[in-house]
Amino acid sequence: MNWILLIEQCLNGIQLGLLLFLLAAGLTLVFGIMDLVNLAHGSLYMVGAYFAATFTAWTGSFVLAIVLTLPATLIVGAVVEIVCLRSLYNRDHLDQVLATFGLILFFNELVRLVWGPAGLSVPLPEFLSSSLELLPGLIYPSYRLAIILASLAAAFFLYWLVARTRIGMLIRAGASNREMVGALGINIRFLFTIVFGLGAALAGFAGLMAAPISTVEIGMGENVLILAFVVIVIGGIGSIRGAFVAAILIGLIDTVGRAFLPDVIGTFFDDEFADAAAPALASMSIYLLMVVILAFRPEGLFSAKSG
Amino acid sequence: MLKRTITLAAGAAMLATTAMAADPVKIGFVTTLSKGPAVLGRDMRDAAELAMEHIGGKMGGRNVQIIYKDDQINPGVGKKETDELVQKERVDFVTGYIWSHVLLASYKSVVGNGPIMVSANAGPSQIAGELCHEDFFSTSWQNDQTPEAMGEVLNQLGIKSIYVMAPNYAAGKNMVAGVERTYKGEILGKDFTKWPDQLDFSAELAKARAAKPGAVFVFYPGGAGVQFLKQYDQAGLKETIPLYTVFTVDATSLPVVKDLALGSLATQMWSPDLDNAANRKFVDGFKAKYGRFPSFYAAQSYDAIMLIKSGVDAVNGDTANKAGMRAAMKKADFGSVRGKFEFGNNNFPIQNFYLREAVKNDAGEHTLKTVRTVYTAHQDNYHSKCPMN
Repeated sequence: MNWILLIEQCLNGIQLGLLLFLLAAGLTLVFGIMDLVNLAHGSLYMVGAYFAATFTAWTGSFVLAIVLTLPATLIVGAVVEIVCLRSLYNRDHLDQVLATFGLILFFNELVRLVWGPAGLSVPLPEFLSSSLELLPGLIYPSYRLAIILASLAAAFFLYWLVARTRIGMLIRAGASNREMVGALGINIRFLFTIVFGLGAALAGFAGLMAAPISTVEIGMGENVLILAFVVIVIGGIGSIRGAFVAAILIGLIDTVGRAFLPDVIGTFFDDEFADAAAPALASMSIYLLMVVILAFRPEGLFSAKSG
Repeated sequence: MLKRTITLAAGAAMLATTAMAADPVKIGFVTTLSKGPAVLGRDMRDAAELAMEHIGGKMGGRNVQIIYKDDQINPGVGKKETDELVQKERVDFVTGYIWSHVLLASYKSVVGNGPIMVSANAGPSQIAGELCHEDFFSTSWQNDQTPEAMGEVLNQLGIKSIYVMAPNYAAGKNMVAGVERTYKGEILGKDFTKWPDQLDFSAELAKARAAKPGAVFVFYPGGAGVQFLKQYDQAGLKETIPLYTVFTVDATSLPVVKDLALGSLATQMWSPDLDNAANRKFVDGFKAKYGRFPSFYAAQSYDAIMLIKSGVDAVNGDTANKAGMRAAMKKADFGSVRGKFEFGNNNFPIQNFYLREAVKNDAGEHTLKTVRTVYTAHQDNYHSKCPMN
């Protein structure tokens, strides 16, 4: 076993997990507090990435693009909430799924009209596009390190916002008992718009940070959305803490599984079988984890009532 | 009674002829027009439209109608759309098909059921081998051929060991099989990544770095190629381990990755700078009409329409004469943009393969330059499994 490689893979896993957390945090807030299944969350991730690409091209600075993208996605989220989703809160989940699936198609088509079908690319500033030697022999891309730090900062900000501020208190109260919050005279409509906008900004943040690693393209949010749903189901719907733990867990299992399963299977079976089985098993691993966790804790690791 | 039957039959035949002359030749075109790879589908559609313009929208004296369908890079959707083209639209030809898994799912809906099928990209080993059919032609290649040429290049460059990465689907497996067949050095490791949704290659790149190979060989078509090239650079591997690719650096990815791909080597059966009259007309026409370089997807689609035209022309528009069209198409006598080639017994081209380098031309555009010919008149390895001759 190569320890440097193991550490590097764990860093990769944590980085993927943190990115998933940003996406899942918004999703779990919306799901837990507003009781809304929002399939279009991945579209907000995509919109964030496209905004980042455009603003980078306009301003010539990735850092400035971040500053502009966050409020822009927040506004898009708030508009979507006010225009489309308000009337859905009292409908059942199937209606919400239908409507938000429609939003996915709408956003994909809109992006095609505005930006065209070709993908965009976001150039990185010079100081982020190299790699650092963290330990002797451990070379790590500096941008991925920046993702880890920025996501941790966002996670701490979210923790502070939810646990230490008045708006956070309302959010937590909304997650536990929506009717009571409304009965106490809180403007629940406004709270919902804030929460949805916050979720959108987090998704946009995840999108803009993923943009320089991957291509900014139509439908980029849909694959990652499935992972985000797995995260919130494992973590417990409505729980930010649960989303954090589950996201890191999934990031690590996915990455480490992809990295080491072929070798592990290769030592027990012949090469041909390992070639066929390892990628299949690696891509299944997180779903297996979900099945096991749900079998023992159907509510997820942390339910919203406690966390 | 007999007289009446004959009159009726003659009348019906006349009706049929008039209907035939008025009806257009129908070509179904299945490609990816949504999601990430939509840019590949756009290149194919644009090339088919350019071909239509060049032939004045006519084949064998009849008008031509192309019906485009979107497979969403999903075999189920591709098969459904193909079924609709064959059964409802009753097309005379079906073409397009970027993805091997989509083609494999749609294949049996077409061959033997009336229309002639022309793959403009995908070339899975099964169709070149035991599943081959007289109703099927390819204007591209068999999947293994291009990486086989790359393996040969790696031998010529004296590279002692490689690390291999490809997506885990039909074409990915063919690509790896191809390079393994010809490459004589050591393969230190290989990874099949989840397709099409895995776009973060950090885990695999870390393994490749640790394996310390002489080179890395990958196959990542479409947007995935762009992601791969960027992550390869960010991981600091671009400076340390040379990268060789197939179907990864092309006219669809170059405008996005730009300088990142400069100098990278890849093999292909076509290149925008191939010097023949058909190719000059195609490349110049494409650039004038769309303002960008055509990709190999475009070249193969342009050829597909021209191949179909050669078949329809030979029978003067009588598309009911399938045997006549097949015989004419088999001659591959249509002025291909890759230059003259022949069809093998399995109706896959026997053709040259070139080594191409990504360069910046005098106008500052990123494009591909032919370095040298790797294979002359190369035939795929599966043709012996095909019972046709």
